[in-house]
Amino acid sequence: MKEFIKKVGFPRFIITVFLIALIILAVYLDIPLSGLLSDILVRFGMNAILVLAMIPGIQSGIGLNFNLPLGIIFGLIGALISIEFQLSGFLGLFVSILIAVPLAAIAGYFYGKMLNRIKGEEMTVGNYIGYSVVSVMCIFWLVAPFSSPELIWAYGGNGLRVTVSLESSMAHVLNDFLAFNIGNITIPTGLLLCFALFAFIVWIYGRSNKGLSMIVAGSNPNFAMSNGIDVDKQRIKGTVISTVLAAIGIIIYSQAFGFLQLYNAPLYSAMPAAAAILIGGATLKKANIVHVVVGTLLFQSLLVVALPVVNVIAEGSMSEVIRTIVSNGIILYALTRKEGETA
Amino acid sequence: MDLLQMKNISKYYDENKVLNDVTLTIKEGEIHGLVGENGAGKSTLMNILFGMPVIQSTGGYEGEILINGEPFTPTDPKDAMDVGIGMVHQEFMLIPGFTITENIKINREITKPTVISKVFGKTLEKLDYEAMAKDAKIALKKLDMSIDEYLPVAGLPVGYMQFIEIAREIDKTHLKLLILDEPTAVLTETEAAKFLEIINRLADSGISILFISHRLEEIKKISDTITILRDGELVKTVSADEIDIPEIARLMVGRKIELTQMAEDNRIKKDEILLEIKNLRVNMPGEIVNGVDVTVKKGEILGIGGLAGQGKIGIANGIMGLYETSGTIIKDGKELPLNNPREALKSSIAFLSEDRRGVGLLLDHSIEFNIVFSSLEIQERFLKKVGPLKLIDNEEVRNHVLKMIEDLDIRCTGPRQHTRHLSGGNQQKVCIARALTLEPDLLLVSEPTRGIDIGAKKLVLDTLVRLNRELGVTIIITSSELGELRQISDRIAIIYGGKLAGILKPDASDETFGLLMAGESIEKVVD
Repeated sequence: MKEFIKKVGFPRFIITVFLIALIILAVYLDIPLSGLLSDILVRFGMNAILVLAMIPGIQSGIGLNFNLPLGIIFGLIGALISIEFQLSGFLGLFVSILIAVPLAAIAGYFYGKMLNRIKGEEMTVGNYIGYSVVSVMCIFWLVAPFSSPELIWAYGGNGLRVTVSLESSMAHVLNDFLAFNIGNITIPTGLLLCFALFAFIVWIYGRSNKGLSMIVAGSNPNFAMSNGIDVDKQRIKGTVISTVLAAIGIIIYSQAFGFLQLYNAPLYSAMPAAAAILIGGATLKKANIVHVVVGTLLFQSLLVVALPVVNVIAEGSMSEVIRTIVSNGIILYALTRKEGETA
Repeated sequence: MDLLQMKNISKYYDENKVLNDVTLTIKEGEIHGLVGENGAGKSTLMNILFGMPVIQSTGGYEGEILINGEPFTPTDPKDAMDVGIGMVHQEFMLIPGFTITENIKINREITKPTVISKVFGKTLEKLDYEAMAKDAKIALKKLDMSIDEYLPVAGLPVGYMQFIEIAREIDKTHLKLLILDEPTAVLTETEAAKFLEIINRLADSGISILFISHRLEEIKKISDTITILRDGELVKTVSADEIDIPEIARLMVGRKIELTQMAEDNRIKKDEILLEIKNLRVNMPGEIVNGVDVTVKKGEILGIGGLAGQGKIGIANGIMGLYETSGTIIKDGKELPLNNPREALKSSIAFLSEDRRGVGLLLDHSIEFNIVFSSLEIQERFLKKVGPLKLIDNEEVRNHVLKMIEDLDIRCTGPRQHTRHLSGGNQQKVCIARALTLEPDLLLVSEPTRGIDIGAKKLVLDTLVRLNRELGVTIIITSSELGELRQISDRIAIIYGGKLAGILKPDASDETFGLLMAGESIEKVVD
């Protein structure tokens, strides 16, 4: 038993046990499992790319990228522009991504340059940069020159809504693509395929000579330097890829969610993504696709199952409380681990 | 009367025995010189005596310490201070922003009661600066220092800092034994002369002094008794009058080579020059190189020796471009771009770092990835083209690595094992395998046997010799262990003070090596 726990990892063991307990409770309370499973699949697909964005950061040595909001902002801008031009369906989705990626890449480049000046403090500083960027963008959302009635306040005037409905543009285009049912469970094929595509890109990059240089720079900068690798350049590369993935991630997330969330919403994106990859078994120095899949699945399942169960047996928004405890708890736990040890 | 007796002290770090049955006796009021090469066990012995935490955390020591005949088991530096042992460390332990007085009186401040302290206890008493300054002045006076005791330490010349450290120790009223760890290393000649004079005076006042230094002349001049350590063993304790400097040098270096069966030397000696270094300056912290000129012949093994901190380590790091470097390096007739590790690697130079775990290895990656990475990065080997990407070719990697593991006899559970879990010797072999995969014609090796047990040492050295003999790789080996340099090198360059002190044949006498390493000029030594 002890061996088994050691192999799986203590946090994963606890969370799995807790999850199984919740599922048993759900069955006992007559909550339909098929609905829960469908939800888990959708939420996995929605969140997985944001979690995937953590990988290049960890690999290149900047640690957990708590500055995901930076990329997310540009993802939102991409989506907003495509709505402004009244694009919908797949066209809207592609145009959003097409606009978001170069913007995020440029922002990521400058952010990476900054990170090279504060080595060792990336995660702390990233957190604060995230906060600042979101705050600055709050002003931008108010003065941005958008005019589509979908986007601005219903009573007209300047400024974007807090949540923009995607119903008439790109809501669920990926979820519904090739979707099919097994019994009562809906499989969001397009969404899952989309994650698979990006996961494959990140995986194959990690096996190429360019990706390997980045991974080496991240795991031992001194070793990398003595092998003629420009460590700073590799760190910038990792930051750019992470930021771009965050931008794409939020567009995929929003189309599944059906809404664009502006203003303070991007603030709450980095913590769950960081928590998910850590739950999956990543460390601050090492992460791979398996960590993303396992972590996102466990973390999102926990939230999906906890919500109805807790709502039946307790009052109020316990689900949010659990999410906060689990995500902050696992991050704290991971930060107390020695370098290289698995959380 | 014996003030201090350390009897049969032994100490292990993991498997390595660093002290073996060492006995040291210091009489009251005597100046006792302690000499030995780097790694001879001087620092460990002092750490044991001073109760440094590193000793306890690595399993304690064996043996017995007596102070004034009473048994003494230090577990904390405070224990040592309580019985009257003071130590002046090689690195200054002063707080730059504090004044001289505050530094001298630190943790022994004189205080006077205030209203608050009467309520809340002694910790809130006010500092009595006047009384403290008076004490500080007395201590400084004993050292012939007439400096304002209210000056902050930051910005003072290093010589002054050294004296302030000593003032701090002699201000302790019950100081009986003062340990000085290479105190004159940072002093100028005149400062050092004055320093020695003061040490003499302190000894006359009844304080025993344990004096550690590499400057043999000083040791000989000032000490009453001299103890020589080598490889963690006591070589000799002798009265200073009965021994001369060359003899000290000879005993310190010693011939400690078990001449192993080396691969047969059937090289055809050529005088072709492979590498020419002119006026090399490397700004490596702690190992500054200050203008070295040396030429390396094709196919030879050049040893670089010298004491720690003299700059020998900086040379290889400079050639590789890992630290800020200036000067000229010509390889195969072409000038090598400086400060550019990639170009150095491309010019067929490979490097085994002295910091194996920090620079030489990716500890959390597999053996196979460690071995092939340099070649993959620099020469784009072990890659297969897939569309626009070049991906790592696992099959080719595996084949190559399995061969390396067999050739070098790397003991592991398989090529996927992480290098963190290997022993020091096997880690070094992984590094060698990585360098070999580059197929270099010049191999720079720094401290290849540091932290490796004796059996593995031999294997590593044998491997290097084999590379040289069979593959014709030119090797520059830097090592603190003169013994191993003399065992495998064709010529040995001794570095002192960031400069080349001289180049010796490996069969030159122990005495010559010892003197050259201690900073004597080659002309004086060879005559």
